[in-house]
Order: sequence, then structure tokens, then C-alpha cells
Amino acid sequence: MRNLLDTRTLDRESALRILDVAEDMSDTQTRENRKLPTLRGKTVVNLFFEDSTRTRISFEAAAKRLSADVINFAAKGSSVSKGESLKDTAQTLQAMGADAVVIRHHASGAPRTLATSGWITAGVINAGDGTHEHPTQALLDAFTIRKRRFGADSRGQDLSGIRVVIVGDVLHSRVARSNVWLLTTLGAEVTLVSPPTLVPQNVSQWPVRVVYDLDEALADGPDAVMMLRIQLERMNAAYFPSEREYSRRWGLDAVRAATLADDSIVMHPGPMNRGLEISAEAADSPRSTVLEQVTNGVSVRMAVLYLLLAGERDDERGEGS
Amino acid sequence: MDTLVITGAQLLGADSADIVVENGIIAEIGSGLSRAGARVIDAQGLVALPGLVDLHTHLREPGYEASETILTGTRAAASGGFTAVFAMPNTSPVADSAGVVEQELALGEAAGYATVQPIGAVTVGQKGERLAELGAMATSRAKVRVFSDDGFCVFDPLIMRRALEYVKSFGGVIAQHAQDPRLTEGAQMNEGVVSAELGLAGWPAVAEESIIARDVLLAEHVGSRLHVCHLSTAGSVDIIRWAKKRGIDVTAEVTPHHLLLTDELVRGYDAKYKVNPPLRREEDVLAVREGLADGTIDIVATDHAPHPSENKACEWQAAANGMVGLESALRVVHQSMVQTGLIGWADVARVMSQAPARIGLLDGHGTPLEAGQPAQITLYDASREGTFTAADLHGRSRNSPYLGRDLPGRVEWTIHHGVVTVESGAVVEELHSCDAPSGRREGK
Repeated sequence: MRNLLDTRTLDRESALRILDVAEDMSDTQTRENRKLPTLRGKTVVNLFFEDSTRTRISFEAAAKRLSADVINFAAKGSSVSKGESLKDTAQTLQAMGADAVVIRHHASGAPRTLATSGWITAGVINAGDGTHEHPTQALLDAFTIRKRRFGADSRGQDLSGIRVVIVGDVLHSRVARSNVWLLTTLGAEVTLVSPPTLVPQNVSQWPVRVVYDLDEALADGPDAVMMLRIQLERMNAAYFPSEREYSRRWGLDAVRAATLADDSIVMHPGPMNRGLEISAEAADSPRSTVLEQVTNGVSVRMAVLYLLLAGERDDERGEGS
Repeated sequence: MDTLVITGAQLLGADSADIVVENGIIAEIGSGLSRAGARVIDAQGLVALPGLVDLHTHLREPGYEASETILTGTRAAASGGFTAVFAMPNTSPVADSAGVVEQELALGEAAGYATVQPIGAVTVGQKGERLAELGAMATSRAKVRVFSDDGFCVFDPLIMRRALEYVKSFGGVIAQHAQDPRLTEGAQMNEGVVSAELGLAGWPAVAEESIIARDVLLAEHVGSRLHVCHLSTAGSVDIIRWAKKRGIDVTAEVTPHHLLLTDELVRGYDAKYKVNPPLRREEDVLAVREGLADGTIDIVATDHAPHPSENKACEWQAAANGMVGLESALRVVHQSMVQTGLIGWADVARVMSQAPARIGLLDGHGTPLEAGQPAQITLYDASREGTFTAADLHGRSRNSPYLGRDLPGRVEWTIHHGVVTVESGAVVEELHSCDAPSGRREGK
């Protein structure tokens, strides 16, 4: 794998490879000594143009457990208008000898620009770009769904026939986009539930069903319900009238959560707005996978770093590249 | 000034003829022509067009000389076969006063590569609030007739109405950049299938179409002349078609890039494809081609918009809008309109020379290739195949979307008021006249 920029162009085989390696990584994390020597001598840079403590420490933990050296670079500027340009930052990292760059950026497409510009030779991992994609989040979500369904027999399994409902601000969600592509590539059936204002104007090419009514979607008995974080500033841009109305119509409250089948799971990428998109009952119930997602995130990111840095860099399969 | 004898040119792509140019005027057209001591230009197999006229150019001077100057921009124009360019007012200071437009005019005259006709801003500082001194610009030496806040839509309907009315007193026209600012806040690319996938904020077609619809109704109401800049959507073509059928005095332009490129190109987030209005869908490209072919759209204008490389070599969201287009325009029209069989060379002359000069009320350009007319001539090799490369660019900026793309043809000769500005495909370094003429200097 050369880079991990999105899940849109990640094929099934490559996705399963990452998930299966993540299973191996996960197994090592139950040992007394969880640190592997695999990436000793490699340098991973966490290049964050946007604050995200959760994602950054997850990547940091993943790299350190593989014995890579980690540099955290919180860049504040945005190109041209202020601060240092992406190009200059990238060339600085190149000069320092970065082997992989994990980039979080507020601009959609910035990781691709970084990877295709010729500014650096390091592999690029997209850790969330604008409202575009967040591929490692989707991979950890798929890993979590698979683990809950198949347990110790997860390796090699895809998500055929599994029904996933994704609820919330799809328009601005990179988590939603990455999950739509990855979960459907793995065979899952995805339903998006959103206020009509918060779904892109044209999703005719997306392999999903879109409904506006959460109760209708839940009545179909989904295997997993993924709640997206709602940004309160959306209220001011007329996407929905009030917090209360959003919560009533699209929030997973205790009553709705109680209608779910016993083995269906509730997911959230965090951080949660308790009482808004998800109730405390749903978030803390045994069906909630919120903390498993965090744990699995480290394993998945270890797998991605491993595949990127441990000798498979020339493998141009999928996108990868 | 040299006497020129152009031999064997295909007039508007049709009959072969010789053209004699004397003192900046076409002296004679016929066969077997010669003049003692004249410079002979062998134009066998070349298409002769009236010198091209661009109603929509950004020359960046004064204020943004790192991107382009009037000298470099008119060199680029000449290399693309243009003999006149209308310079948009978004300079620094904004061309909203007689002083600035006269300065631009003078710099164009000094450069000599093409006639520079300034466009004046509609409102002070292009802020959309108060009318600029349109009359002062109209009666200045620059004789401004086209007014535009290009880059900014004249959004306030009352200001737009007043502007349309006011310029009637000197035959002016308002060239509107149709973009509803509220519907395009933060917009990054055409809103549709691709924007949904790329997570880039959408720029809906309706933001353009609703302004055009409003403006044609305003123009009808006050009996004024309206020009719509760079329309880009199928819906916009429909509205213009409807308005013309209704007798509204409206003209419209399309850019070369909207005739050829689609929003699918944005998928790689390469900011060389970032432009305002944005690249649209394939359906829109086909609709604007059809509109240009059937006369709904009157002209092709480049919207040549130079930017320094640092404004493009960055993440999409931070990049500047705009593409350079003067050098490639004729070749793109050739590929998208002529090679597709939609129009012929006489139509190219109409949409890239005659009609833009007429809309802009520019004398001495867009005139027929006939004896007694000013010698504004472009000789184009339509048989040549090739790739568009950086060597084809002659301005100061490199932000062309066509680099590496196959484009047919090449401008071999450009003659601006009898002065050769491009010879054998190369821009002439020292113009062959110490008294570099322009349309303005001679008798105006």
C-alpha cells in the first residue's frame, strides 16, 4: 500500500487485508508486552492542521506500539492566506526524513494533494480531511461490526448482508462518506437517515438508501446503528430549527434504542453529544460499541502503518495509491 | 510600417485569396497580388480570421503584476490570435474611475500587441453599493462602454436596475457575473454527484440561473442592454433562449473551458481546475455548445485569469479561482465546436471577433476581411495536431488546465493593425514599428 487516502477507491481485497492484519495486531495487544519491534527506525509524523486529540493519540499509540518514532506536528496555518503553506510544511517533513505522514486537515482533498504533488516521498495516511473522508475511522467501524458478528472467526469475513443505518449530518461528515464506501464494498447494506438539509443534494450515485424518518429505518431491524456527531453551529445555518427538534426527530433516545433487536449494536465515532444525537441509555448500554471502537482504532491504525511501512510500499493495488 | 502581402490564405476557412496590407489597412483582396518591396507571408493552407476579440480578460495591472501585466497579457493575447482584449476592472485600484481606465488604455497602447479596451466597474470598488462614475469613464479617453463588477455579482436588484438604466445614456452595457452570493457561500465546485463524493461545498446551478432570470426581466422592464458573462449551465442557456425569443436585449458569453471540461476533472483535487463559475456536468457542456451553435450564446470569451503558482499549488479550498485562456482559446473552440461539426470558421469569426466587438462597441475590430477595413488578421493552421504545453504560454502565469492535453491547431500569424505580433507561431519580440499603432491612437 502506497498511501491510504480514501475508502472510495479501496477494493474489497485490500480492505479485508487491512482488517485481517488488524486482527493480528489486536491479538498482540492482549500480551503482557504489547510493543512490537516491526517499525523500529521508521519515523511517523502526525501532521494535524485541525485539533483532534482522539485521532492523534490513537495514531500515536499505534505507531509507538510498532516501535516507530513519532513526531507530532500541530500546524496552524492555512495555505497562502496565513501561515506556512502545505507545500512548505510538506517539504520540511521531507527534509526531516519522514517515512509516513498522518494528516488531518480542514480542507477536503488536502491529503491527496500532499500525496500527488511530488513534495514528499513519504506515504500519506488520511486522518480526516474536511468533509471528504476519514478512512481509518471507517476501517475501525467495519472491524468493530465484524468482530461483534463473528468474534474469533472474523478473519476473511466480509459484511455481506449486514444492515447498517447511519444517522445524522451526512452532508458534512467524512465518517459517513468513508463508511458508505467501505461498508458497501464489504457487502453491507447501508441506509442513511438525515434531515433533508443535511444530505448532499445529489447522492444518486451512492450505493445507499436515504430516508428522512429514523423510526422507519429502525423498524427494519438494522444490525448496526451508527450515530454521527451533530455540530451545533449547523443550527445557525438553517439546517435545522433547534437542538430540541433535531433530538426528537433524529436522536437515538432511550425509547428508540429499546426497539432495537438484542444483538444489534449502537456505534458512535465520538466525541458524543449526550442527550442530543444519542441518549445516555443508548451510549452506555451493552449494545454500545463506543469504547470498543476506540480500542479497535489502535489495532486498525497499527495495521495501516504496518502495511504502509513494512515493505509493501510498492504494492500499488487499489487505492492504496 | 511594412506593407504585407499574405498569399493563399483561406478566408474564413473557405476560398483561397491573397491579402495586401498597407498602412494598417487591408488594401486589396484578390488573387495573384503583389507589392514591390512588400513582406510576403506564405499563408497556404492557413485559415484567415478577423483578429480575435476577447470581451473578458484579466490583465491584473495595475496592482497584481506578479500574475500578469498589460504587456505580458497582450503578448499572450497575440499568441492566441487576439488583436483586442477587454480588461476586467478587478485590479488594484479597481478600475472604477476615469484615471485608472485611461492608465490601462495607455499601457496597452505602449505595449502594442493588442488593443486594450478597459471595462469599468459598475460600483465603487466593486462593492455593489454605489454606482461608480460610469459617465466619467464613458467620456474618458478610454471610451468605456462595458461595465462589470466581474468576480462579484451585482446582487442588489435595485443597484442592478439603476445601472442598466443609467448606461443607456451612452449606449453602455452591463456585463453581469451571475452568482447569488448567499447560495454560493463557501462554494468550491459544481454541486452534484462529484461534489457529494468529494466533500466540497456545492456551487449550485440555480445560483447562476436565478440571477440571469432576474436580470433579463430587469433588462426587459427598463429597456436596457444586458450582457451575461461566462454562463455555464444548461438552465442558463434555456433562460437566455427564452429571453431572446421574447425580444429582450441580452447577449451571452461562454468560456472555452466550459465548452470542453467537466467537473469530473475535480476528482484529483488539482486546483488548476478550480474556476468561477465552476466546471459543470457533461450535460451542461453539451448544452452550452448547442447554445453557441444556435446563436443563443453570442460569443466565446476567455475569462483569462492568471495566478501565481503558489495560489494553485495548495489544497483545493485555499486555491484561487481562475485559468489562463488567451493562448488556448481558439484551439479549444476548434476542438469543441469545429471538429465536432457544430460550427464552421465563419461562425468562429462571428463568436470570437465580430460579435464581441459589436457587444463592446469597439471600433476597428471585428470588421470583415475586406478591402478598406483595419488590418486585424489571424492566420491559423487548423491542420496541425499537437499537445498544449508550457511553451504555448506567453503570459506571466502558468495556470492553464490544458497543459499536456491534446489540442489541435496553432496560431501562425497575428496582425494587429497592420503590425505583425506573431510570426510563424512565435510572438514577435520587437514589434516591427516604432510607432506601434492601436485602434485608438490612429484618428481617435
